[in-house]
Amino acid sequence: MNEQDTPTHGSEVGPTGHGTAVRLDQGHIIGDGGIPERFSNPGLPVHVPRAADLDEDAARRAEKQVTTLFGISILGTLLFIVLYFLIDVEETIYVPGIGVTSASNLALGVTLALALLGIGFGAIHWAKTLMPDHEMVEERHPLRATDESRDRVVHEMREGGNSSQLTRRPFLKYTLGGALGLFAVPLVLQVAGSLGPMPQKSLSLTFWHGGPSGPGQEPEFRPLRLMRDPENTPVRADEVTVGSVYHILPEGLLDLEEGVLEEKAKAAVLLVRLQEDEIQSEKQLDWGYQGIVAYSKICTHVGCPVGLYEQVTHHLLCPCHQSTFDVTRDCEVIFGPAKRSLPQLKITVDDEGYLVSEQPFAEAVGPSYWERGQ
Amino acid sequence: MNALAARRRHPAAIAILIILGLFLTGAVYAALAPKPADATTRALPAQSVEEGKALFRANCSTCHGLNAEGRATGTGDQIAGPPLAGVGAAAVDFQVGTGRMPLPRPDVQAPANNEIKFTQEEIDSMGAYIASLAPGPGVPSEEAVDPTKGDAARGGELFRVNCAMCHNFAGAGGALTRGKYAPPIEGVSGRHIYEAMVTGPQSMPVFNDANLTPESKRDIIAFLYTIDEAESPGGMTLGSLGPVSEGLFAWVFGLGLLVASAVWIGAKSA
Repeated sequence: MNEQDTPTHGSEVGPTGHGTAVRLDQGHIIGDGGIPERFSNPGLPVHVPRAADLDEDAARRAEKQVTTLFGISILGTLLFIVLYFLIDVEETIYVPGIGVTSASNLALGVTLALALLGIGFGAIHWAKTLMPDHEMVEERHPLRATDESRDRVVHEMREGGNSSQLTRRPFLKYTLGGALGLFAVPLVLQVAGSLGPMPQKSLSLTFWHGGPSGPGQEPEFRPLRLMRDPENTPVRADEVTVGSVYHILPEGLLDLEEGVLEEKAKAAVLLVRLQEDEIQSEKQLDWGYQGIVAYSKICTHVGCPVGLYEQVTHHLLCPCHQSTFDVTRDCEVIFGPAKRSLPQLKITVDDEGYLVSEQPFAEAVGPSYWERGQ
Repeated sequence: MNALAARRRHPAAIAILIILGLFLTGAVYAALAPKPADATTRALPAQSVEEGKALFRANCSTCHGLNAEGRATGTGDQIAGPPLAGVGAAAVDFQVGTGRMPLPRPDVQAPANNEIKFTQEEIDSMGAYIASLAPGPGVPSEEAVDPTKGDAARGGELFRVNCAMCHNFAGAGGALTRGKYAPPIEGVSGRHIYEAMVTGPQSMPVFNDANLTPESKRDIIAFLYTIDEAESPGGMTLGSLGPVSEGLFAWVFGLGLLVASAVWIGAKSA
């Protein structure tokens, strides 16, 4: 009790401490400006009574505020019920600052907010103004149970084991354990089984390899025409003017009965035409047709569709993480998190002048995966 | 004044003072800021190629050259203005009719401007002059851009494949590389939408009639008119920008409300 003021307000909490240990509730220390030899527990701050504790008028005011808040909640709920039946869901209303919006959504939202916030704010305001606010200290008690109760529990467990004959007939124990343990297998099996078949080669193949390329399918290469998405019509080389961009899918993909989206997600291609002297890569020129080049639209970072082509700078931007590819330099990465160039599709024209693929993608399209390149 | 002085230590006082200060600074700046000089020549209405040429020489030749042959700035391969032979009357109608040209100053991109410097007749005669230099796409007919004749559902499908990656699924626009951007296409007239597709202004690729047939273009215009007119049952659209603006709203207002409530619940009552 050195240097400590005699407890005044804090003493309401409980009796003064026994022994030399300083109790938490023993009030506030008034310092003398110097630094003490050692700091002692300052205890709880002085208890300040609230206006509602001292003044009956203030308490009545607080009561009125709380009842008003609860009243607002009641009003909100009743209005909610009335407006629920009154307002047609199709009806719209103009609200300044928001614009034209659904009248039903707005009315139900506002009344529900009043109903819930009225209860919440009311309860907290009640607790803060009228409910007792004395600081309390609850001493920690040892967690260990008394020896008698520990002995009793052990005794009862033994007794139970004996009376159920688990110890006398151990085979019961083993079969029960086996039954319960084995039951975990069907649960895990369902989760693992619902992940679908293993991808096998489907990650490195696309529809450009000659047909459907799902797990277990091994298409044989044939030249496929480049078709417009979504019209599904072939593209003639002379239709692709400089500065144009075409969104391309392989011939036959949109005619599939199933798995269209899975195939589209791997086979989507962007077709652009550059002036031949703007192309700085020999391979790019070879794999294109008179400056018409086709690149996979699937970003090598995490597989978003790279579709934002700027015809003046020839930058190709991925909208997800801003990876930028330079189409004049074989779509190499010039900015952003992607690490590899976009794969180019080698194209040529067929007898009728339509653009066709000459070989499938030379590498796997899209983001990296463990087995890539093996 | 005493009441005001008594409240000077109120917790909200500093916030109110800062807001007042900012507001005052803004108001004074708006009143005193220098106005840009308006030096565009107002030419007389003109109908013919000759008069279009005169208008062009007076208003555009500084950057595009006296005969629309284009001009270099002399710094590296930077150009002041590209050559205009072959861009067609559609490009003139789009660039001048949306206020993008004449460009007030060189920038990464010409912004759309509500202040159109020329009458439609003047624009048409400049278009006639540019079209006389070399063949190019012309201004589309009323019928070609009539949204009531288009199929909005098919237009939506075409829009999502060909346009939405830059212009956003609701036509709200979006960012491109190095400060360039795809402008919002809400409230743009059908004629200007059509002209943008055929001419490919600035960063935008060209969508010629083989890529998107005139009917497809009309379908896209019909779709854009439909979403322009569509009401938003969910209330504020927050710019239709998707998760960025919606997330920001939730973080600022949703979490802000929760933090304010937590502070109030934890505060001692008086």
